[in-house]
Amino acid sequence: MTDLSQNTASEPRKHGGSLLEQTPRTKKRNAAEKRFRAYGIAAIAAGLVMLIILVTTIVGKGTGAFQQTFITLQVELLEAKLDKKGERNIEDIKKVTTFGYAPIIKGAVAAAVEELGIETSLKPKNLAGILSKDAAAQLREYVLANPDQIGQTVEFRFLASSRVDGYMKGRVHRESIGKDKNISPEQLDLVDALAAAGVLEKTFNLDFILGADASDARPEAAGMGVSMLGSLFMMFVVLALALPIGVAASIYLEEFAPQNWLTDMIEVNISNLAAVPSIVFGILGLAVFINYMHLPTSAPLVGGLVLTLMTLPTIIISTRASLKSVPPSIRDAALGVGASKMQAVFHHVLPLAAPGILTGTIIGLAQALGETAPLLLIGMVGFIASNAPETLADGLLAPNSAMPAQIYEWAKRADPAFYERAWGGIIILLIFLVTMNTLAVILRRRFERRW
Amino acid sequence: MPTIWLVALLLALAAAGFYWGRARALRTAGGDAKDLHSLPSYYGYHVALTSFVPAIAVLAIWLLAQPLFIENRVSGMIPAAAVPENSTLGLVMSDVRRVAEGLDLAVEQGLLTRAEARDLSSGSQDVRALLGEVGVALGNDVRPEVLTAAQAFRNLSNTGKTAMSVVVALLAFGGFAWAYSKTHKDFRARNVVERGVLALLILAASLAILTTVGIVLSMLFETKNFFGLHSWTDFFFGSTWAPNFRGDSELSILPLLWGTLYISFIALLVAVPVGLFAAIYLSEYASNAVRSFAKPLLEILAGIPTIVYGLFALLTVGPALAGLFAKGGLLGVEWMAGATSVLTAGLVMGIMLIPFVSSLSDDIINAVPQAMRDGSLGLGATKSETVRQVVMPAALPGIVGAVLLAASRAIGETMIVVMGAGAIAKFSGNPLESMTTITTRIVSQLTGDTDFASPETLVAFALGLTLFVLTLGLNVLALYIVRKYREQYE
Repeated sequence: MTDLSQNTASEPRKHGGSLLEQTPRTKKRNAAEKRFRAYGIAAIAAGLVMLIILVTTIVGKGTGAFQQTFITLQVELLEAKLDKKGERNIEDIKKVTTFGYAPIIKGAVAAAVEELGIETSLKPKNLAGILSKDAAAQLREYVLANPDQIGQTVEFRFLASSRVDGYMKGRVHRESIGKDKNISPEQLDLVDALAAAGVLEKTFNLDFILGADASDARPEAAGMGVSMLGSLFMMFVVLALALPIGVAASIYLEEFAPQNWLTDMIEVNISNLAAVPSIVFGILGLAVFINYMHLPTSAPLVGGLVLTLMTLPTIIISTRASLKSVPPSIRDAALGVGASKMQAVFHHVLPLAAPGILTGTIIGLAQALGETAPLLLIGMVGFIASNAPETLADGLLAPNSAMPAQIYEWAKRADPAFYERAWGGIIILLIFLVTMNTLAVILRRRFERRW
Repeated sequence: MPTIWLVALLLALAAAGFYWGRARALRTAGGDAKDLHSLPSYYGYHVALTSFVPAIAVLAIWLLAQPLFIENRVSGMIPAAAVPENSTLGLVMSDVRRVAEGLDLAVEQGLLTRAEARDLSSGSQDVRALLGEVGVALGNDVRPEVLTAAQAFRNLSNTGKTAMSVVVALLAFGGFAWAYSKTHKDFRARNVVERGVLALLILAASLAILTTVGIVLSMLFETKNFFGLHSWTDFFFGSTWAPNFRGDSELSILPLLWGTLYISFIALLVAVPVGLFAAIYLSEYASNAVRSFAKPLLEILAGIPTIVYGLFALLTVGPALAGLFAKGGLLGVEWMAGATSVLTAGLVMGIMLIPFVSSLSDDIINAVPQAMRDGSLGLGATKSETVRQVVMPAALPGIVGAVLLAASRAIGETMIVVMGAGAIAKFSGNPLESMTTITTRIVSQLTGDTDFASPETLVAFALGLTLFVLTLGLNVLALYIVRKYREQYE
């Protein structure tokens, strides 16, 4: 007994004296544990911070696109300029090009400046420079629609030029416009005075959401509407083709396929196609649909076909999963009361799997909606998508853009005013994607059955 | 469009077939469905499918095969002497197609009658001006051979179209009549219909094979054309990428491959540690509340379209990096020339791949049985020791597979590199220089005005094929590693 107590006292034990005190080794191990844990937290935090930065950048830079600076002016539609003969003959009025409307707009700005008592050293030509180049076209369109208004004074809301709009939104500063020949400090003084008088104001711009794209010189007039229609027609094609083909393929593979080389080959191909880079599908579309079959370039039909091939693996994989989750007892019961195998599948298994199939399809569509790379190769960029399709055939075959392609197109144009629109376009695109994904989640929560 | 009308006719016939087939079956049974072999609607489906499916299949095949056939016949008509120097048969053929298209338009707009279009000769009329009038602009005057070929082209396609309509209509009505005459109360309609439906299901499933074959063939043919115009040694072993549309280009894949791999490497350098640690924390440490909150949020990153990341690289990350490293930047160094660089694209691509790596690794870590963790903890190991010495070795093959899949994603990614990486093909180790990748070059060679007879355009197909083989190889390798080295747990 005494020996033992003496031993412990003279030889320090390897694992420390008191249980309440940590040995250096335990301390080291605990520190390593804490560090490891901190790495994990740091990794998650890094991911979340990236997400937050991304979202705040998009929202911060994009919301500006939904607002636009407008200038309200009283315009006297001078008969002498617009309809010299005074006969209100629409053909005569049409002969006046947008150039013919420029003096009227100059006059209107000058009149407004005079009426408000603003002092400026600008010439009338430069006064009108604060308006968009779109103003003359807007005026002409109105006159052609209402020729009886010629000679009257009408109130118009014109878009301000992109520089003025940028100044109002804080994108353009007085210091940064030194070399810019599109705007001068005097014009900005005028803008300040007009804004103080309430003639010039920044309001919500519906045309950005519903309007057509505009040329390089008029970023203030560009909108997403037409490319949204292009995307809509593409999604229509994808839905019409990918859903039936995908469901049919999944039913065969899940319910009927025997174990043989053909089935193996199909399975391997589907899993490989799911991993093929999207640009390769673009090359396929270019080579097969455009070069070989001579379908029209830039057509939403071709885009839809390419995206269908790309989405099929996604839809097949999710459809198979939801077919598999229907318990075999359902099939057995159907077969037991005399249904054929085909009847059991189509009358019982398929309806029970439908919510899962629908969810997978919506997610596949959302993926296709955001895809850009294949669209570049089949020519859905590089032009101004300014005409909204009028008929179904037009919508499928006439050249159009798509939402992500339109965003890319704006990002390529070197004007910061277009960058703002690109960010704004991304907000619209993301709203679509979030809505679709939320719908998928709701469908899954609401209808999915656990067996 | 007559083809659309043809399809509409087929659909109408199928609908009528369903209705009449059903009615006839019921009539033969004296109105009592119990006397029928199958349910009445199966007789309807039988007539509808027999009249619709063979006809639409022939229509589809005809539409696919006709251009090839006509192309062959017409290009056979063009003598080799008629192909100008510095041009190819393919270019002449595209002229022929444009002229034929123009003639069609002219007839449609009433500028020419059908007979005039057929007998038009280049001597008597200025064909180019005529076609210019209907909106088909031609680069040079229409040569007589081209005009004759174009007229033959029109003739053949018109005859082909008529023949197609006749054949398809005959097939549809024939199928209808045959199936209708077979309809009788003792006919085993259900068995026939089910066999037909099964065949359709198999057809749909085989589309996956067809797509792969389409991808490989379309790229293989054009790649073959490319190697006919450009030496394959330069493509695979050259050192310069300098396309020149006047000819005499140097088109080597190596600098592009270097850019691609470098950017992918940086992306993985970001994504793998972050993704892996996130997965470990989520599966081993996190409480349920944290897990159900952080995991979906991280996965949002995976659902964001690549165009968004591209814009983020171009307008946010690139300028931010330039603000640090470029001339007049915060660090006072001049290492960066513009906003596009390997680092810009790599960082953004890394962010995109974080959820990809983390959710794949998460699944794999969760598949390691709890008993192994319990054993290790029971022996006195701390949690991190358990993870490092027990869980990780068990999950390693799966994680390697996940990293390879992420690498394949990074190599095939397009929008981020198109917008963030730049356009200069070179070998350089400096991550702040802009470099270019295989996918960006595919995009730039195939957008805009392209001429499918020049090596500068065709090289894109060779690049695409290389990319396809590369990503496919990585995927197969990933699957192989996972299968071969996976520990089997009971």
